[in-house]
Amino acid sequence: MTDRPLALDIGLAFLVLGVAVWTIAARDTFAAVVGFVAFGLLLTLVWARLAAPDVAPTEAAIGSGVTGGLLLGASTRLHGTQTPAPGEKPGAILRLAAAALCTVVSAGLAAIVLLLPEPAPTLAPQAATNISATGLGNPVTAVLMAYRAIDTLLETVVLLLALVGVWSLAPDRVWGGFPGPRHHADPDGLLPFMAQLLVPVGLLVGIYIFWVGSVAPGGEFQGATILAAMWVLAMMAGLVDAPAVSRRWLRLLLVAGPAVFFAIGLAGFAMAGAFLAYPEAYAKLLIVTIEVPVTLSIATMLALLVAGPPERALR
Amino acid sequence: MGEATLYGLCGAALVGLGLFGLIVHPQPLRKILAFNLIGGGVFLLFGAIARRGAAAGFGGDPVPQALVITGIVVAFSATALAVALLLRLFQETGQATLHLDG
Amino acid sequence: MSLALDVLTIVAVSAGAFFFLAGTVGLLRFPDALSRLHALTKADNLGLGLVVLGLLFQPEGLFAGLKLITVWLLTLLAGATVTQLIARTARPGGAQE
Repeated sequence: MTDRPLALDIGLAFLVLGVAVWTIAARDTFAAVVGFVAFGLLLTLVWARLAAPDVAPTEAAIGSGVTGGLLLGASTRLHGTQTPAPGEKPGAILRLAAAALCTVVSAGLAAIVLLLPEPAPTLAPQAATNISATGLGNPVTAVLMAYRAIDTLLETVVLLLALVGVWSLAPDRVWGGFPGPRHHADPDGLLPFMAQLLVPVGLLVGIYIFWVGSVAPGGEFQGATILAAMWVLAMMAGLVDAPAVSRRWLRLLLVAGPAVFFAIGLAGFAMAGAFLAYPEAYAKLLIVTIEVPVTLSIATMLALLVAGPPERALR
Repeated sequence: MGEATLYGLCGAALVGLGLFGLIVHPQPLRKILAFNLIGGGVFLLFGAIARRGAAAGFGGDPVPQALVITGIVVAFSATALAVALLLRLFQETGQATLHLDG
Repeated sequence: MSLALDVLTIVAVSAGAFFFLAGTVGLLRFPDALSRLHALTKADNLGLGLVVLGLLFQPEGLFAGLKLITVWLLTLLAGATVTQLIARTARPGGAQE
């Protein structure tokens, strides 16, 4: 990837900035959200150019796909409330001051980028020398599941806390009820037809991307997002109803991932002398044992975060 | 690494753009969008640093790349909670604004 | 031999890029939503198909080629469904069933 011509990169960078300006400057909120989704997909191309084949699908799936879906739904529900009242729009002085502040911030960050030390400090050699001990072939998965496994554990807990926060926003009368409106499946309809075709394929692709993440670009977050997207598609097409948030099986499914992760972490004290330490002979086995429930839990969390707080009461 | 510096500068500009949108837009949903732009810019900065750390046969330093993946997931969870709060505010007050009178 | 394959790839991918360009011109220039959808789907499905065809000439193995074709088929499915859904709400009578 060294000495590639920069014309493509310059064009892509300008395109990314242009779409970002559109997202900020658009008058209509729906147009801004569409711009944001396009921005996320262009960022995916940027990640591919930055030799990060694990980050690119994560950005496309989570940063642009799930976030975009959530924001599109919100902008539709809030339609009509998004024109600011005359007293709310900031005056010219505030805008100029904000522009000056933001220019200073950007200039500072740009100076940091241009003054980065040469040769660049890197952990890649250490990641490479120790990767055989983990039994994995993908260095980013090795970082996520072995070198910095504590970060991944806390990340799953953060997702769970966000979901608990979203659920806590239900009004009292629908507490513990069903998220979102009930979608009815028209048996000859278009969305149920596509869901019936796509969900089995999507489940297969999601499991494949999760499984292959140990040796090739991929991993549990990308696979879990695809599984979550298939569940959301099935819910939106009316093929399945969103489960009530007080269902025990749902709560067990959500907690299974972090719980197994934490348990194996505690077992690390007995097996290898530190939290989340793996004995070398069993490292790959333990990592896979963690990854399977974590993938299922994260898929559930993502799907339920998109579904939102309960809106229909338990009967 | 020419492209790493280029995208690093792009990320710096995105942080500034997002910050401007966060300050200037009164509507909370636009603020959430701008916040995600700031996040994208910060991740690009990480990506530039990761690309510069290419060594040992990898195209980039895997540690910052893994941090970015974690960051993208956490940013989504924050956005989901923020959107849920905004929709609940809309349900309760009929408006989606932070400038409530009375 | 590989030169011939590279030439075929360049020709097919360029033809695909031309169709993408034509679809974008249609998106910008056509008067209403329905004709824009028509331009987009016809051009982009054929454009992506030609790009995939061009990439099939590069020697990457059977599995990679099957993955590329699967990507194209999934894009066709998603594009067709989404176009129908948009068209139902965009047609002059609105979304009557």
